[in-house]
Amino acid sequence: MTSKERLVIIGNGMAPGRMMDELFERAPGRYEVTVFNAEPRVNYDRIMLSPVLSGEKAYEDIIIHGDQWYADHGVTLHRGEKIVTIDRTAKTVTSDKGTVAAYDKLVIATGSNPFIIPVPGADLPGVITYRDLDDVEKMLEASRTRKRAIVIGGGLLGLEAAAGLKMQGMDVTVIHVMPTLMERQLDPAGGYLLQKAMEDRGIEVRTKANTKAIIGDGHVEGIELASGEIIPADIVVMAVGIRPNTGLAQEAGLACNRGIVVNNAMQTSDGVIFSLGECAEVDGQVYGIVAPLYEMARVLAAHLCDDTSSVFVHADTPTKLKVTGINLFSLGDFGEGDDREEIVLRDATSGVYKRLILKDNRIIGTVLFGDVADGAWFNDLKKKATDISEMRETLIFGQSYQGGAPLDPMAAVAALPDDAEICGCNGICKGKITGAITEKGLTSLDDVRAHTKASASCGTCTGLVEQLMALTLGDTYNPAAVQPMCGCTDLGHDDVRRLIKAKELKSIPAVMQELEWKSSCGCAKCRPALNYYLVCDWPDEYADDYQSRFINERVHANIQKDGTYSVVPRMWGGVTSSKELRAIADVVDKFNIPTVKCTGGQRIDMLGIKKEDLPAVWADLGKAGFVSGQAYAKGLRTVKTCVGTDWCRFGTQDSTGLGIKLEKFMWGSWTPAKVKLAVSGCPRNCAEATCKDVGVVCVDSGFEIHFAGAAGLDIKGTEVLGLVKTEEEALEYIVALTQMYREQGRYLERIYKWAKRIGYDEVRRQIMDDADKRKAYFDRFVFSQKFAQVDPWSERVSGKDKHEFRPMATIGFPEAAE
Amino acid sequence: MDWHEIGRIEDIPRRGARCIKTPAGKIGIFRTAEDQVFALEDHCPHKGGPLSQGIVHGGAVTCPLHNMVIDLETGQAMGADQGFVPTIPVRNDNGVLYIGLAASGLMAAE
Ligand code: SRM
Ligand SMILES: Cc1cc2nc3c(=O)[nH]c(=O)nc-3n(C[C@H](O)[C@H](O)[C@H](O)COP(=O)(O)OP(=O)(O)OC[C@H]3O[C@@H](n4cnc5c(N)ncnc54)[C@H](O)[C@@H]3O)c2cc1C
Ligand code: SF4
Ligand code: FES
Repeated sequence: MTSKERLVIIGNGMAPGRMMDELFERAPGRYEVTVFNAEPRVNYDRIMLSPVLSGEKAYEDIIIHGDQWYADHGVTLHRGEKIVTIDRTAKTVTSDKGTVAAYDKLVIATGSNPFIIPVPGADLPGVITYRDLDDVEKMLEASRTRKRAIVIGGGLLGLEAAAGLKMQGMDVTVIHVMPTLMERQLDPAGGYLLQKAMEDRGIEVRTKANTKAIIGDGHVEGIELASGEIIPADIVVMAVGIRPNTGLAQEAGLACNRGIVVNNAMQTSDGVIFSLGECAEVDGQVYGIVAPLYEMARVLAAHLCDDTSSVFVHADTPTKLKVTGINLFSLGDFGEGDDREEIVLRDATSGVYKRLILKDNRIIGTVLFGDVADGAWFNDLKKKATDISEMRETLIFGQSYQGGAPLDPMAAVAALPDDAEICGCNGICKGKITGAITEKGLTSLDDVRAHTKASASCGTCTGLVEQLMALTLGDTYNPAAVQPMCGCTDLGHDDVRRLIKAKELKSIPAVMQELEWKSSCGCAKCRPALNYYLVCDWPDEYADDYQSRFINERVHANIQKDGTYSVVPRMWGGVTSSKELRAIADVVDKFNIPTVKCTGGQRIDMLGIKKEDLPAVWADLGKAGFVSGQAYAKGLRTVKTCVGTDWCRFGTQDSTGLGIKLEKFMWGSWTPAKVKLAVSGCPRNCAEATCKDVGVVCVDSGFEIHFAGAAGLDIKGTEVLGLVKTEEEALEYIVALTQMYREQGRYLERIYKWAKRIGYDEVRRQIMDDADKRKAYFDRFVFSQKFAQVDPWSERVSGKDKHEFRPMATIGFPEAAE
Repeated sequence: MDWHEIGRIEDIPRRGARCIKTPAGKIGIFRTAEDQVFALEDHCPHKGGPLSQGIVHGGAVTCPLHNMVIDLETGQAMGADQGFVPTIPVRNDNGVLYIGLAASGLMAAE
C-alpha cells in the first residue's frame, strides 16, 4: 500500500472549498484529505445567506458540496469539530472533541469572526451577529415571535440583514455611525440614493448614530444612542465588521499581523503550513469578499501540486449588494482629489446615478446606482487603463452609445473583448465562458455554472452570462427565462410559491396585493394555482376559496360535454363487494343514470347525472359506505393493485393490502396535479406500477419504490427511488415523496415533470438518504391531512354549498307565467 | 320587456355565478368581486358549455369546458377567440335582482 500525502484543512468555508475543487481537478487522489469544520455542516455558499434570511432561498439551495461530494472525493469531514491546538513539531492537530490528525501539509482557513462593539449589554441574549447559518436561524426564529429589530452597521452585511428581516415582517431600524451608508464602497450621492431605496421598503435608517449601550433586563429591550435617545427593539443584529480569525495560528507561533502572514504562494512562516481565505494576509492586505479568496484558492491548489508558477496578485473587485430590487455597483477609488476628474449622470425620475472617476483620462473608480448594466464594461476599461479621451463625451451613457452602435444590450455584450470580466466573484472572463459553451456544447445556464463557475456564486452576473449564451448559441438558446404564471403577473410559479412562504401570505387578495398582480382579481389560470399553493402551505389557516376552484373540484364530480356530471366512488385498491355493487346498481336505477363504466383506474364511473341530482346520489352512495373517488381532483386519484399473495401464485407481498393502506392514508390530499399510484405483487407488474406517478413493485426482499412515470400525454417508464424492507417504510417513503412534490411542484405539473426539473438524484437524496428530511415531509403531510381528509360528498349531503346544486330561480314556465 | 324577480344579490357568491331556468333555456347570473351583476345565456358560443359553472374573474368568465373567456358585460369572447353570447338585462334594486325578458321570447319557447 502506497501511503498518500496527508493534507489537513482547518475550516470548511468558501475558500478551502474552492481550493479542493481546483486540487481534485489538477491531481485527483494525490492527497488524503481531512477537513475539520467548527460549523456542524458541509460546505455552503455563505454569500447566499441573505437570500436564505429573506426567504428567497432555502439552505438546501446554497449547499456547494453535499455529502456525496465528500464521499466521491474520499475527503474525511469532521463537522462540528473545532481545532484547538496545532503541534508543529509532531505535525498534528487536535480538536475540541479529542480527535487528533497528523499532517504532511496543513491549511489554515479559519475565516473571520464578526466584530462586536464593546458597549455595555453587548452580551445580552438577543444580540445576534451575522456570519453563519446559525445566525440566520436565530434571526428567523426571532422574526417569528418578535416585532422590532435594530441592525447596527450600514455596510453590505447590515443592509442585507435589514432587508431580509424586513421581508420576514419585522420593523427594522438601521443604525449607522457614518453620515452615509456603505461609505467605503459608495460616494455620498450613491449612499443617499441607497438610503432612500432602503426607506422605500419601509426600513428606517439612522445615520451619524453612535451606539452607547444595549439595554435590557435578561434580554435585549433596545439600544441607547450617544445622544441619549433610546430606541426599543427585541433583537439587535451586530454587523459592524469582521476580524481575521488568527488565534490558533498565533498560538502555534506562526507569524501574524492583521491576518496570518503568507507569501504570494499562500505559505505561512512554517513551510508546510499554508493559509488562505479571510484569515490570510498577503502583501499587507486582508480580504472580505470571495473573488480574491478564490484567486488564493487557485494559487494554493497549484502549489500543492508543485506548480510554482502561480502567484497571488491583488486586483480590485466590484461590490454589489444582494437586496432584490436594489442595483448597485462600485469599484475602485472614488475619493476626490486635485488630479482627478469626474463625470456624473443623474436621472432623478428613474433613480439612476452614475459617476466615473478619472485620472489622466483613465477610469480609476466607478459608482453606479439604479442602472448597473455597464459595470462590466467600465471595469474592463479600468483594468486595461484604456485612454478614454476619444469617447469622453458619451462615456457615461455606456457602451451601447459608443461607435454608433445601436442601443441594444446584446450588442453591448457582443462588443466586450474576450478578456472582459463577467463574473467578479469567480474572476471569469467572457472568452472562458463562450469557449466552454462551444467546446463542451453547453446549452443551459446550469451547465455553464457547473463548467465555468460563472454566475454560480452571488449570481448578480446571471443576466450577462445568459446574454453570452444567447450570443454564442444564437436561436438554439432557449433561455431559462422565467415563464410568468399568467398574464396577471411577471412572476413564475416558483417565485410565487417562495414569496407566499417568505412573506407569509395567507389569502389570494394578500398574494395579489403584495406581489403586485396586474389584474383586479386574477384569472382562471392563476386563481386555482394560488388557491392550491395556499392550501398546501397553510393547511390549518387558509380558508379554501371555492370560487377559485375549477367546477369539478367545486362540485366534486366531473363535468361532461353536455353539462351533466359523472360520479366515481372510491373503491379502495380496486376491491369491491356484492354489497357495494348492489348499492351502485340501486343508485343507477333510482336516478336513471344512462351509462355505467369501468374506468381505467379500477373502479366504476356513473355518467350523465344531472347536477341537481348529485347530492341525492351521494346520499345513497354514502349510506353504502362510499366516499368520493376524487376522479376530478388535482389530488390523489386511484391506487391500482393486483391480487398479490392473497391469490396469485407468483405474489411476493400483499400488494392489494398495501395499495389499500396507501389509498386510505393519502386520500383527500390536494396536490399540484393529479397523483396516481399502483402496487404490483411481483415484477410481472400486472398493476402497471412502472408508469405511475408513484408505483411499488413487490419483490421477495421487500418493496421497490418507483416514481415519475407517465402514461398519458407522455409515455415514460418510472425511475427507481429505492428498495425498502417493510410496508411501514414503503408508506413513509411514498408519503414523504408526495409531500416534497406538494411543496415544490408547479400547479398542473405532474410528478414526472417536477422530478425531471429538480433532478431524480435530488429526490433520492432527500427521500432515501436524509432521514430527518423524510420524517419532516412525512409529518407535514400527516398534519395537512387533518384538514383535507373530509369526505366532500357527505359534507354536501349535509347541506354545504347548497346553492351550487340548485337553480337560483325558475321563471316563465306555465305555472309561473301569468 | 317583463322584469322578473330572481332573488337577492347575496344568493350569488362573489366571483361566482348561479343559473336560472326558463323555458327558453338556462340563464347564467354572475356576481363580480365588486358586486356588479350580469346575466348571459348559459350557453358557450364554442360548444355550448354551461358558463355559470366557470371561474369568474374581473368582468369575465372562463368556460368550464374548453376555457373560452367571455366578457360578462358584452357577451363577446375575449382574446383570440371569436364568438358571442346574448346578454340579458339585470336590475339591482337595493340588493333585489330582476332580469328583463322579452315576453314573446318566453311564449315562443313554450
Ligand atoms: C374515466 C376515465 C376513462 C375511463 O373511462 O376509464 C378518465 C376520464 C377522463 N380523463 Fe383520464 N380517465 C381515466 C383514466 C386515465 C388514465 C389511466 C389510469 O388512470 O390508469 C390515464 C393515463 C395515466 C395518467 O394519469 O396520465 C388518463 C390520462 C388523462 C389525461 C392525461 C394526463 C397527463 O398529464 O398526461 C387527462 C388530461 C388532463 O388531466 O389534463 C385526462 C382527463 C380525463 C378527463 C378528466 C377529461 C376531462 O377533463 O373531462 C376525463 C373525465 C371523464 C369523467 O368525467 O369521468 N386523463 N386518464 C378514467 C378514470 C380513472 C379513475 O378511475 O379515476
Ligand atoms: C451574510 C454574508 C454576505 C456576504 N456577501 C458577500 C458577497 O455578496 N460577495 C462576496 O464576495 N462576499 C460576501 N461575503 C463574504 C464571504 O462570504 C466570505 O468572504 C467568505 O465566505 C470567506 O471564506 P473563508 O473560507 O475565508 O471563511 P469562512 O467561509 O468564514 O469559513 C471559515 C470556517 O472555518 C471554521 N473554523 C474557524 N475556526 C476553526 C477551527 N479552529 N477549527 C475548525 N473550523 C474552524 C468556521 O466555523 C467557518 O465555517 C458575505 C458574507 C456574509 C456573512
Ligand atoms: S381518453 Fe380520457 S380525455 Fe380522452 S376522450 Fe377518453 S376519457 Fe376523455
Ligand atoms: S364550450 Fe365553452 S369553451 Fe368549449
